[in-house]
Amino acid sequence: MDLLTIALIIFALSFLQTVCAYLIYLERKVAAWVQDRKGPNRVGPRGLLQPVADGLKFLLKEQVIPTHVNQLLYITAPSIAVLTTSLAFAVVPFGPTDLADTSTWRYIIAPDIDIGLLFIFAIGSLNVYSIILGGWASNNKYSLLGALRSSAQVISYEIPLALSALGIIALAGSLNLERILNLQAQAGLTGWFFWYQPMGWLLFFISALAEANRLPFDLPEAEQELVGGYHTEYSGLKFAMFFLGEYTHVITISFLLAILYFGGWHFPGIAEYGSQYPGAQAVKVLVLWSKVVFFVLLIMLVRWTLPRFRFDQLMHIAWLGLVPLAILNLLIVLIVRYFELSDWLLPVLSVAILSCIPCIWRSRLWISAAALEVRNAYR
Amino acid sequence: MPIAETEIKWIDERPLRRWETMYLPGILEGLKTTVQHMFSPKVTMEFPEQRPELPPHFKGVHRLNRDEQGRVRCVACYLCATACPAHCIDIVAAPSPWPDREKYPELFVIDELRCIYCGMCEEACPVDAIELTTLYDLTGYSREEMLFDKEKLLAVYDYTVRQGTDPIRTRRGELGPASEIIAGNHTIAGDDSETSPDPKI
Repeated sequence: MDLLTIALIIFALSFLQTVCAYLIYLERKVAAWVQDRKGPNRVGPRGLLQPVADGLKFLLKEQVIPTHVNQLLYITAPSIAVLTTSLAFAVVPFGPTDLADTSTWRYIIAPDIDIGLLFIFAIGSLNVYSIILGGWASNNKYSLLGALRSSAQVISYEIPLALSALGIIALAGSLNLERILNLQAQAGLTGWFFWYQPMGWLLFFISALAEANRLPFDLPEAEQELVGGYHTEYSGLKFAMFFLGEYTHVITISFLLAILYFGGWHFPGIAEYGSQYPGAQAVKVLVLWSKVVFFVLLIMLVRWTLPRFRFDQLMHIAWLGLVPLAILNLLIVLIVRYFELSDWLLPVLSVAILSCIPCIWRSRLWISAAALEVRNAYR
Repeated sequence: MPIAETEIKWIDERPLRRWETMYLPGILEGLKTTVQHMFSPKVTMEFPEQRPELPPHFKGVHRLNRDEQGRVRCVACYLCATACPAHCIDIVAAPSPWPDREKYPELFVIDELRCIYCGMCEEACPVDAIELTTLYDLTGYSREEMLFDKEKLLAVYDYTVRQGTDPIRTRRGELGPASEIIAGNHTIAGDDSETSPDPKI
C-alpha cells in the first residue's frame, strides 16, 4: 500500500461523501420539482449549503441508543452499510484509466482487479447484513419485518443482476471493469454494449434498483406500512450512515450502468479512445460523470413515477420475469458467440424476446402456470 | 328508489394491447409526466417574503368595530359569548356613558388560543360589532399575551381599516337593524330598504 493509494482512498472517500450529501440535496430538489414545489432553498444560494446543514445536524444530534436493542449489533449495522458500499466502489474506475501504467495518479483505487465485477457483486451482497442486523438488533417488529423483506428481496434480485451482467462478461471476455470499459472505448460508439445488450441493460437496471432498495422496490423501508423499516430505531449519525450507504450504492450502480453498457468515459467526437488533445483527461472524466448523473437522475425520476410493488409482485417479477429473461439473454450471447455469428444479431434477438413477453403472458403459458402453482402452494 | 336495470351501463375495462402488457410503455409515459412536472411552474409560496392574498371572508383574528364616533360598537349583550362554542369570550358589562345605549363592555377579552375561529360570534352579534379579519399569523410569547382585550381588539380594527382589509360578511361598519332601536322609542329609524322587518310583527 503506497502513498498514492492512500491518497486515492482519501480522495475517493471524501468525494463519495460529498457527492452523497449532494445527492440527498438533489433527491429533495427533484422530489420538489416533480411535485411542482421549489425544494430546499433557504440555506445558502438556492439551498446549496443544505447538505452542510444536514450533515451538521446529523453530527450534533444526540446519539440515542434505545435500551431495548442489542448494542453491539445496533452499532455494527450502519457501519457495515457504509463499509460494504464504499468498499465496492474500490474497483470502479471513476475516470479514464490506463491499464499499462498504474504508477501515477489514476481514477481507480484498486487498479487492474481481474475479478472487478465479481468483487462488486460479492461485497454488494454483504450489504444485506447491515439491513438484517439493523432490523434484528433494533428489537422492533417493524424493523424486523423490513429486514426480513429485504433479505428475501436482495437475495432474489442478486440472481438476475449477476445473470444480466454475465452477458456483458461473455461479450467482453473479462470481469475487469477497466478492460470492459476500454474495449467499448476502442470500438467506438457502436461498441457500447448497450446496443448488444438492450434487454440485459433493462434487466440490470431493474435488478440494481431492487438491490439498492430504491423505489419501486423499497419494501424494506416502506414507510407507509413499516414506520421506517429497518432504520426505525436509528437516529442521528447512525441513521445518516444508513443513508450514506444507500446513496453510495446508487452511485456505484450508476457508475456500473455507465461503464458496463454506455461506454464509460467514451463519447463520440469529444472523448475517443485516442483523444490526446490537452484537457482530454478532464473531458473524459466529465463525460463519465455526466453519464453517472444521468442515471442517478433516472433512478430518482423512477422513484417519483412508479408506485411500490406488493411483496408477492416483487418476488413474481424477480423469479418469473427477470431470472428467465436473464438466462435467455445469456443464452443468446453464448449462442451468437459460439457459432461466431454477427454480434448485431444480439439486439435483434433481444428486442424479439422482449416483444414476445406479452404473448407469453397473455396466452397464459408457462409463466402464468408457474405463478398459479406458486400461489396455490401458498394457500 | 332503486335504480332500474336498464339504467345501469356496465363498462368493461379495455383489454391491454400487446404492447401495453409489457408495462414499459406505461412506465415511459409515467416518466414523461414526471419530467413535464419537473419543468412546470412551481406553486410554492415563499412565505415570510410572499404573503397569500386571503379572501375577505377569511376567518382570522377578531376585531371590535368602532362606530362613526370612534366608540366601541359593542353593546355588551353577551350574545357572542353565549354563542361561542369554545367559551373564549369574556365580557364585563357596565352602564353606558353614552345616552344612545344602555350598556357597553367595560372589559371584552377574547382568548385567541381557545378560539376555534368558527365565526359564530360574528353571526350572533346584533350590532355587527365583532368580526373576524384576514389576519392569520397570530403569535405571542405567552398565553397571557394571547388574551386579546378590548383595546387590542379595537387596535385590530384600526389596523385592518388602515390596511383596507375589511371583512365582507357584515356590512363593513353599517349597523344592523337592532342597533337603530332608540331607547324608549321602539321604532326603526334610518335606512330600511332591505332589512326592515315587517311592522305588523
